[in-house]
Amino acid sequence: MISHAVDQVSTFAKDIDVLILLICGLVGFWFFVAEGVLFFLVFKYRAKEGGKAAYIDGTDPKHTRFISWPHRLILLCDVVIVVAAVRVWVEVKQTMPTPDQTVRVVSQQWSWSFQHPGPDNKLDTADDIKTLDELHVVAGQTVQFELVSQDVIHSFSVPVFRLKQDAIPGRVIKGWFKTTQTGSYDIQCAEICGIGHGAMVGTIVIEQPERYAEWVAGHAPVAALATPAPK
Amino acid sequence: MTTTTAPHHADAPTAEHVHDAHDAHEQSFFTKYLWSTDHKVIGFQYMITGLLMAIIGGYMAYGFRMQLAWPGEWIPGVGFLSSGRYNAFITTHGTVMIFWFAMPVLIAAFGNWLIPLMTGCDDMAFPRINRLSYQVFLISAVVLIGSFFVDGGAFGGAWTAYPPLSSKATMNLTPLGSTLWVVAVALEFVAFLLGGINFITTAMNARAPGMSMMNIPIVVWMIVVASILFMVSVGPLVAGAAMLVFDQQLGTHFFDPGQGGDPILWQHLFWFFGHPEVYVVLLPAMGICAEIITCNARKKFFGYKTLIYTVFATGIISFFVWAHHQFVAGIDPRMANVFTITTLIISIPIAEMLFLFIATLAGGQIRLNVPMLWALSFVAEFLLGGVTGIFLGASGSDIYFHDTYFVIAHFHYTFVPIAVIACFAGFTHWIPKMTGRMMNETIGKLHFWFTIIGFNLVFLPLFITGAWGDHRRIYNYDHFPDLTNAAMQDLRIASTVGLLIMIAAQGFFVWNLLWTWLKGPPAGDNPWQATTLEWATTSPPGHGNFHPMPTVYRGPYEYSVPGAAADFTPQHLPPA
Repeated sequence: MISHAVDQVSTFAKDIDVLILLICGLVGFWFFVAEGVLFFLVFKYRAKEGGKAAYIDGTDPKHTRFISWPHRLILLCDVVIVVAAVRVWVEVKQTMPTPDQTVRVVSQQWSWSFQHPGPDNKLDTADDIKTLDELHVVAGQTVQFELVSQDVIHSFSVPVFRLKQDAIPGRVIKGWFKTTQTGSYDIQCAEICGIGHGAMVGTIVIEQPERYAEWVAGHAPVAALATPAPK
Repeated sequence: MTTTTAPHHADAPTAEHVHDAHDAHEQSFFTKYLWSTDHKVIGFQYMITGLLMAIIGGYMAYGFRMQLAWPGEWIPGVGFLSSGRYNAFITTHGTVMIFWFAMPVLIAAFGNWLIPLMTGCDDMAFPRINRLSYQVFLISAVVLIGSFFVDGGAFGGAWTAYPPLSSKATMNLTPLGSTLWVVAVALEFVAFLLGGINFITTAMNARAPGMSMMNIPIVVWMIVVASILFMVSVGPLVAGAAMLVFDQQLGTHFFDPGQGGDPILWQHLFWFFGHPEVYVVLLPAMGICAEIITCNARKKFFGYKTLIYTVFATGIISFFVWAHHQFVAGIDPRMANVFTITTLIISIPIAEMLFLFIATLAGGQIRLNVPMLWALSFVAEFLLGGVTGIFLGASGSDIYFHDTYFVIAHFHYTFVPIAVIACFAGFTHWIPKMTGRMMNETIGKLHFWFTIIGFNLVFLPLFITGAWGDHRRIYNYDHFPDLTNAAMQDLRIASTVGLLIMIAAQGFFVWNLLWTWLKGPPAGDNPWQATTLEWATTSPPGHGNFHPMPTVYRGPYEYSVPGAAADFTPQHLPPA
């Protein structure tokens, strides 16, 4: 499935993949049944010399039950899918677990910039680390992000997390993720934002605590001198 | 126009004549072909304009798919596609295909051709408004094309035109193009509001004696309901378009968050229309296929009343699903649950409609001619489009699939059946009526198979690339390490090859049109032995359509009636 090609690097990635698999199974069943019946009927009832078609207007329950029963089963499948989808949605978008760290994700035409909380683990203090293109987090920690846009609508998308959230200028939109392994992965912009949209790439760098600490130590002095991002 | 009892004049020229609306004498070329109020001429005008615009939309797709298969390479007929030009190409492709191809052909061309003929009247209720609607439509097309030639070029913010990108020239870099885009779309809306007045009024008020509501052919119902959906849903977007133009040009701040506006307002206004819009194009396409399937199965449509009620249900529910386009857009997350429920609910009447189509085949005597091949493939292909929509309507999975090529593959498995497959079904079925000539079956089958093979080769790979992470509206995936690998690129190339096949396949259609024109055998009044009223007159129908005007004695699908001599009993045949 998707996980064969795209790693599951957040705790909810697996839940989203399971939901996708569930939908695959249910709609796949109906798809093949419907196509199968369609092709079977076309084959069975193709015109034959001297043949006569039936006269059926579709009101006889003897015939309509072939539609009413699938109908009711489809409704049942829809209920199952809705329940499963809502559970995943609430987990990702309507809960906010206590974060180990909060970061600010800043989108602008046409790059990602990030504000890390620095050694004091508090955002918007003097030791914050601001980076362009790269977001650094610690593996296994729950990260809350505050997503902002400096200009037009962008969208913070990390496929390996199965995460996506549009960034709207004038708003701060919060979300969360908890990583499950180390690595460097793409951050995409998932809302067309102008001529540079196709080049707007970032990288999320997920590291063990020791490596992360080294990175923080290496950046902190520079951050203390850093001027705020333009705009 | 209601049936008149005034005498009709034969088409032989006479020195003196009474001026009535059916007077075909003394019509100059200009009056007859360019300034006509005849619904058949206006139908052709919409059809030809729509097909020419489809060539433009297809050219755009050719350009961007060539760029995606061989990034950075020079493209024959296009040149190099920079990121900005790429964005203009994808924007124009989507905008043109929906507003200047699908709608004009499905609703305005087929609506104009079929509604008066299938309801047994001589023209639309308001012929001059009909003519005006086409003229406004033509102007809208010219405005859109004109946007390519102004300073800064055509708008490149996608057909969804979300502000602030679309409202601020400093962001979109197309100061004139973005306004011309909005104006063109708004004019197209005006044209279809004018047209809709005719489609609804004529079908409701101008039917032949004996044609009760439940004797109206399905395609006419479908076009009427589609027109109602359009007219009810478009108002908020017209308002939004006005606000957008004001933001662009007059310094207002409707969508400017820094000044008290809200970008998400546009999204609601857009999608409140945008979702019913897909049913506006789906319904006529289904109607066309219903006519063809029942005729070529020689079997009454299964569950006519059920279908009509299901269509009403779909239409009503379609107004309550729009924010499934906005799950991750920044709306209150709790709203997503409401829209997931409504979106999954709407899958039920749609599945029902498709099942009724399939059930019509059971017990039939199925003729697999070219129109039937197209109509059956509509059902087969649309089923895939429909089921893949579930992944997107379910909020939890949409988090992942939103803005990926999975979405693109989904809506092309709905839109291509609607705008391409159903259109060719309709053309091949009704061109004999419109022109009086039969088309060539062999060339028609070649056209069909190569188009279908090409179509599936374009979009099946895109489900995979989308599921593997390809996001939308990206001119070059080389910037994304996780998306740059041979497997993905092979799939992108396969998709482009599919498009080249699909484009080349249209050569068969052009060849068939030429063949029909030069060598097509006369069609006669009713080459398909069909029951509906358009087949009760000449091919093509004369000015005024029916001489004499028909009376209807039965429903539209009396095929293979037990005890009847023929396997079809036309609507206008008096009872024995």
